Amino acid sequence: MSNLHEYFLLFMSAAIVNNYVLTRFLGLCIFFGVSKSVNSSMSMGMAIVSVMSISSIMTWTINHFILVPFHLSFLRTIVFVIVIASFVQLLEIVVKRFLPNLHKVWGIYLLLVATNCIVLGVPLINAEEDFNFVKSVVNAVGSGVGFSVALILMASVRERMEYAKIPKAMRGLGSTFIIAGMLALAFQGFSGMIPK
Amino acid sequence: MSLWKIFSRGIYEENPILRLALSLCPALAVTSTVQNALTMGLSVLFVITANNVMVSISRKWVNPKVRVPIFIISIATIVTVVELVLEAFFPALFKSLGIYLSLVVVFAIILARAEVFASKNKVIPSFFDGVGMGLGFTLAMVLIGGIREIFGAGTFLGYRLLGTWYDPPMVLILAPGGFLVIGCIIGLMNVYQERLDKMFIAKILTTPQAKDSV
Repeated sequence: MSNLHEYFLLFMSAAIVNNYVLTRFLGLCIFFGVSKSVNSSMSMGMAIVSVMSISSIMTWTINHFILVPFHLSFLRTIVFVIVIASFVQLLEIVVKRFLPNLHKVWGIYLLLVATNCIVLGVPLINAEEDFNFVKSVVNAVGSGVGFSVALILMASVRERMEYAKIPKAMRGLGSTFIIAGMLALAFQGFSGMIPK
Repeated sequence: MSLWKIFSRGIYEENPILRLALSLCPALAVTSTVQNALTMGLSVLFVITANNVMVSISRKWVNPKVRVPIFIISIATIVTVVELVLEAFFPALFKSLGIYLSLVVVFAIILARAEVFASKNKVIPSFFDGVGMGLGFTLAMVLIGGIREIFGAGTFLGYRLLGTWYDPPMVLILAPGGFLVIGCIIGLMNVYQERLDKMFIAKILTTPQAKDSV
């Protein structure tokens, strides 16, 4: 039972309290790039959650059974990047072949995910913190959900802001950063809710 | 295009962080102190230059179909070298940069320069392109880090700059501060650019020949 408790706390920590996007700044390129409409950010969130959970399983296996026993931990970054990037490419091909409808909605986001801070960062954090298998998966899913939450929040704010009267210099990127700052401030309120 | 133009456009016109909004993760995550920002900037400067040179040298015999994986492997190798060097000689700095140093591998700007520039150009222009982009990145990092450290903690590179009368707002050092500072810098840059454009147009309109042609 206490295990379950621990996993739940880890999930909440990754998803909300230490949100990977707004308090640890991973995956910002997508966060600013794709958050123009709520629909596309939902597909993106879906892509991120699935890719991250599967890739964290794969990287955990490789790290645990190959890199650590053979003292190759210094190759971690290279191996993880290659594994994740090739896995995402493969996933794209498979989805294109067997689920063409899904591919239409998803395809482009999958490719964007291939080399992305958060998708590489979470497996690296898992390896560094020496999480066990279940913890790695929970952490990956939690951070994926947290990413989607932040992305959808951002997209809904930006959709409303479309017709707002913003000073010319702040239009576009400038105002987006300020909105992100406000969201981060809001998420700052959660900090310390889960004791480390 | 002259070498100077290739070199200088990375610094202002196509500044990786402030203009292209690429590789934002480090720009926010490690800029709470100038020291971290500077280390990160210099590491990226090295990686982007070395990678540009590597890609440019090997561009003749890399099949275009597999070029992206090759770029990624080349970047990852260089980043690992930087990681090992920093860990050996500056362990404290290495620790404070943490995971973000490994994440240099997936910086969009490095891959983008390899794809857009180095894979199509000779070695020397690619070298200057890398140095310019890296320098632009470093300058932007130090600018953001400087603002955050001076106003958020009252220090610069660890030295106290503002007296004890200054009560620093913590928010600048914390996560939201990074977003707000970058947002404001981008806004100011746009204002400046608009002024420049206006002056340029005014100059054209006042010269006699241009008037005739208009």
